Amino acid sequence: MTAQLMTAARWLAGAAAAFSPAALAQLQPYNMPVGVTDISREVFGLHMLIFWICVAIGVVVFGVMLVSLVRHRKSRGHEARQFHDSTAAEIAWTVVPFLILVAMAVPATQVLIKMEDTARADLTIKITGYQWLWHYEYLEQDIDFYSALSTPREQIYGLQAKGENYLLEVDNELVLPTNRKVRFLITSNDVLHAWWVPDLAVKKDAIPGFINESWTEIEEPGVYRGQCAELCGRDHGFMPVVVRAVAPDEYERWVAGKQAEQPVAAAQPATGSSN
Amino acid sequence: MTAQTQYYVPHGSHWPIVGSVALFMTFVGLSAMLNEASFGLPLMGAGIAILLVMMFGWFGTVVRESEANAYNDQVDRSFRWGMFWFIFSEVMFFAAFFGALFYARTFSLPWLGGEGDGAATNMYLWPGFEALWPSNANGPSQIGGEFRQMGAWGIPAINTLILLTSGVTVTWAHHGLRANRRATLIFGLFLTVALGLVFVGLQAYEYIHAYTDLNLTLGAGIYGSTFFMLTGFHGLHVTIGAIMLIVILARSIAGHFTPDRHFAFEAAAWYWHFVDVVWLGLFFFVYWL
Amino acid sequence: MSAVMVDDHHHDGPDSGIKRWICTTNHKDIGTLYLWFAMIMFFLGGLMALVVRAELFQPGLQFVDPQFFNSMTTMHALLMIFGVVMPAFTGLANWLIPMMVGGTDMALPRLNNWSFWLLPFAFTMLLATLFVPGGAPAGGWTLYPPLTLQTGAALPLLIFAIHLMGMSSIMGAINVIATILNMRAPGMTLMKMPMFVWTWLITAYLLIAVMPVLAGGVTMLLTDKYFGTSFFNAAGGGDPVMFQHIFWFFGHPEVYILILPSFGVISMILPTFARKPLFGYNSMVYATASIAFLSFVVWAHHMFTVGMPLAAQLFFMLSTMLIAVPTGVKVFNWVATMWRGSMTFETPMLFAIGFIVLFTIGGFSGLMLAIVPADYQYHDTYFVVAHFHYVLVPGSIFAIMAAVYYWLPKWTGHLYNETLGKWHFWLSTIFVNLTFFPMHFTGLAGMPRRIPDYALQFTDYNMLASIGAFGFGLAQLLFLYIVVATVRGGERATDRVWDGADGLEWTLPSPPPYHTFTTPPQIR
Ligand code: HEA
Ligand code: HEA
Ligand code: CUA
Ligand SMILES: [Cu+2]
Repeated sequence: MTAQLMTAARWLAGAAAAFSPAALAQLQPYNMPVGVTDISREVFGLHMLIFWICVAIGVVVFGVMLVSLVRHRKSRGHEARQFHDSTAAEIAWTVVPFLILVAMAVPATQVLIKMEDTARADLTIKITGYQWLWHYEYLEQDIDFYSALSTPREQIYGLQAKGENYLLEVDNELVLPTNRKVRFLITSNDVLHAWWVPDLAVKKDAIPGFINESWTEIEEPGVYRGQCAELCGRDHGFMPVVVRAVAPDEYERWVAGKQAEQPVAAAQPATGSSN
Repeated sequence: MTAQTQYYVPHGSHWPIVGSVALFMTFVGLSAMLNEASFGLPLMGAGIAILLVMMFGWFGTVVRESEANAYNDQVDRSFRWGMFWFIFSEVMFFAAFFGALFYARTFSLPWLGGEGDGAATNMYLWPGFEALWPSNANGPSQIGGEFRQMGAWGIPAINTLILLTSGVTVTWAHHGLRANRRATLIFGLFLTVALGLVFVGLQAYEYIHAYTDLNLTLGAGIYGSTFFMLTGFHGLHVTIGAIMLIVILARSIAGHFTPDRHFAFEAAAWYWHFVDVVWLGLFFFVYWL
Repeated sequence: MSAVMVDDHHHDGPDSGIKRWICTTNHKDIGTLYLWFAMIMFFLGGLMALVVRAELFQPGLQFVDPQFFNSMTTMHALLMIFGVVMPAFTGLANWLIPMMVGGTDMALPRLNNWSFWLLPFAFTMLLATLFVPGGAPAGGWTLYPPLTLQTGAALPLLIFAIHLMGMSSIMGAINVIATILNMRAPGMTLMKMPMFVWTWLITAYLLIAVMPVLAGGVTMLLTDKYFGTSFFNAAGGGDPVMFQHIFWFFGHPEVYILILPSFGVISMILPTFARKPLFGYNSMVYATASIAFLSFVVWAHHMFTVGMPLAAQLFFMLSTMLIAVPTGVKVFNWVATMWRGSMTFETPMLFAIGFIVLFTIGGFSGLMLAIVPADYQYHDTYFVVAHFHYVLVPGSIFAIMAAVYYWLPKWTGHLYNETLGKWHFWLSTIFVNLTFFPMHFTGLAGMPRRIPDYALQFTDYNMLASIGAFGFGLAQLLFLYIVVATVRGGERATDRVWDGADGLEWTLPSPPPYHTFTTPPQIR
């Protein structure tokens, strides 16, 4: 048993070295994004940690099994031993997994506590899900607008070549400043939705009649795309989320511009889906 | 002991399939009714009628077999386990509704009222809503309109006494049966049935009172929902229990049970105690607290 | 006390014609009915999955309307869970438990018939929803309101179908418990029972505990829609999330209902082909019981993103992780059972080994899902879809197939074609991985579940998955063929069938007579 553990530990150490976050970021399309926030990186680290622990346990368990499958077969003339109990072994494989679990639970708890702390935000955005678009309200700046899929129907029905951001593009992006703690108040107007941007590691359900809180602090400017992540009916697959993170000064300019045009935007509420 | 020493496996029975057809018709009929299709009601009616025939037929067969001494002690134990676990499943059915009541009172209403995690919810969606049980328990939109609560110390308290008493009388009847005192058995059962029916009657009266005087309806927000679903399903179960007891009473009069073999009596008695216990839960959590 | 069969018609065989199947009270007939029913539903549910996979073969909308797509997802899951895995296990229970404990039949034979015969009606109602105005349910098998309340005329049919299925399961479970507790031959103490019997005893308990809760939950859906209640409506003081709590209080134990009997099956098959007793019988029993116990306190791990208080999230994360311990005990005991055995690899053994490996992989992803911060990223993506198909398809379904191969010679008296069986295993294993392994990647890369169309970067893996699904489906036609061929004829099986087989059912002739153990065997 200890020998097995040692093997596992060595494996784990080796694996961790071979897969530095930088190397892993290369695997982007096949793995969870590392993301652009402190939290998203910690979540990614946690994900890889538990992944490798599982791999290590798998290697040990399946390794032992494989040895047995190869060596203890009748066709090789192996005689069956008739043992069917070993209190020591059974205690060991109850206690050791338990300890491994504790080792996983500690960092998970730490990250979770951090994620749940929505206090001291620099700005607050109320997000309301509709069948099938999003409504964003910048509570401090008096800005609000709807954000719906902008991919044309022709692309969806194959009448036209699909664009690069097929299904992940909207008419009005949610613009956020970098390096500011943004608090989200998430709710819904009809059925359940979930507001999700993988690069921010934010996913929260939008529940009619209740407000859920979440937050993010984006470190790099860029466009981050996500989707509604709770089945909300016919066009659940067609209500993306697009966040454009810009430097704070650029954000201020955007706010000013938006406030100037606001009455116009408010006068024409978006309706329906685009497909 | 005159019973068989063999395990009784009946050869075949058409009652289950009749029951399935009946339930199918009932449910399809009810679905049609809810969707406002005209054939719904007759279909459901026919389904229920067949269901009744099935119950008469099936239970009648079992009674006949039992009277013909086809069952041994082992069969008897199977029936007991069957009834026991059936009652357990009923307990869990009620647990879902008690859970809803608990959840609504402990979590959803306070959150809507701004407690704990609900600060933002209350501020932006339901400003001014204060969660007070029961007065505000039809929610922030006052769904179903203003209502008054059903007090605990009127009919509900009387009903509690009635059910508790009926628990005693059914036990008394059981003692009578075990001591082979038929008069006690029959009188005890009769009292139990009577008390059960009075309970149902009072409950019906209470419902009328709720609807006409208190504006307390099924649609009165979460209070009305939990109140009527819990008491309604309980009332239904009391009715079923009372019917069981009536059958047992008839069979007692027909001289079916012996001091040491009377599973059917005990099954009905267990069921009756079960509705009794559920009622105590209702009295505490729905009416009183 | 001798317990001899009594038969009120004074003959010992089955009725002739259709009446044999409709009116039967015989556990073997009823077991057969359940198993065939599950087979039919498997092909129907699989066909729906193929509609899903066909639409997802490439981006864009090709074949079906999104609403119908959602119906397919929803109906697929309902059929597979309530129409395939649960009935198949009940069928196995019917065939095997009375023989394994040395009883005459199931304890309550007429009720047994009813348990089965509710199912065809329930599923007729469910499938009929495909043809009603507004279309079949499309809110996901989890039936979350308010979306599910947008269902049209199908809603009451759906709900009543679930009620009927629930009645069927509860009555079936009551019968299993009564049989196990009351029909054992003298000397068959609880701790001598075969593992399959133990796992079913505990499964039956779970069923009786949670099916009524589901019934209550869907009843509230019905009244919210048609009778003006506000259980799941915030404006009336309710909460849509309350439904999720009720549903998952049922739903999580339900997934163990779908796996515990598999654990039993595997624990029966491995010793036979390793020619070595099951390792750690006692700890297997305790582990099963612990899993069942824990399954009642982990439900909210399906709802980490609904915005529960921190303490609740922590509690549900930790309790969920704990389940890995007893499950691990099972896996380790199985490996130890194989260790230093004398193994041969007939089809049931192949499926059992495939089960252990692939189920464990599914268990690992389950454990990852339990880690709340990471679940924020995984939740409602194909990573979850990958997880649960690993535990359900090469999990429950493989175990059921292993059981069919293992006991089919006993049931029919014929040996199945071993070569074809092995082909079936290898094709299934390759294609099942081709179908579901890529879903881990699409999920991690951000593909939400329950969508009929997706962004371009998910294309490759979706194509692989779709090819895998069609391959897996075709392989199942082979399974159907093998079973039918074996039922109709083939080389005669001996009574023991497998030279390492141990247990009461193997002391009976193959096929066993219509009524077995009319005189109970004596167990040492
Ligand atoms: C047969 C069915 C089955 C089984 C057995 C399991 C088993 C487990 N499941 Fe799974 N699950 C489902 C069916 C099942 N699940 C379904 C259907 C859903 C989705 C429902 C829906 O939304 O539609 C789901 C979803 C689901 C979620 C929600 C995901 C989400 O929506 O965000 C979670 C989260 O915690 C979870 C966790 C687990 C865990 C921890 C186990 C554990 O029991 C696994 C334990 C096993 C192991 C861990 C492997 C063996 C152990 C060892 C070798 C020991 C050593 C190991 C360690 C110490 C790591 N499951
Ligand atoms: C026991 C349960 C079980 C089983 C066995 C399966 C089996 C399969 N499942 Fe599914 N599945 C679920 C339970 C199950 N599933 C659940 C609970 C969900 C979630 C639903 C929800 O989100 O609400 C789900 C959702 C689900 C999705 C996600 C849909 C979505 O999110 O929109 C997908 C997508 O690929 C899928 C695929 C498959 C496939 C390819 C199989 C295959 O294994 C099926 C294989 C069988 C066949 C293919 C049929 C047999 C063959 C024929 C019919 C002959 C003809 C064949 C050919 C011509 C090829 N399932
Ligand atoms: Cu909105 Cu899914
Ligand atoms: Cu679960």
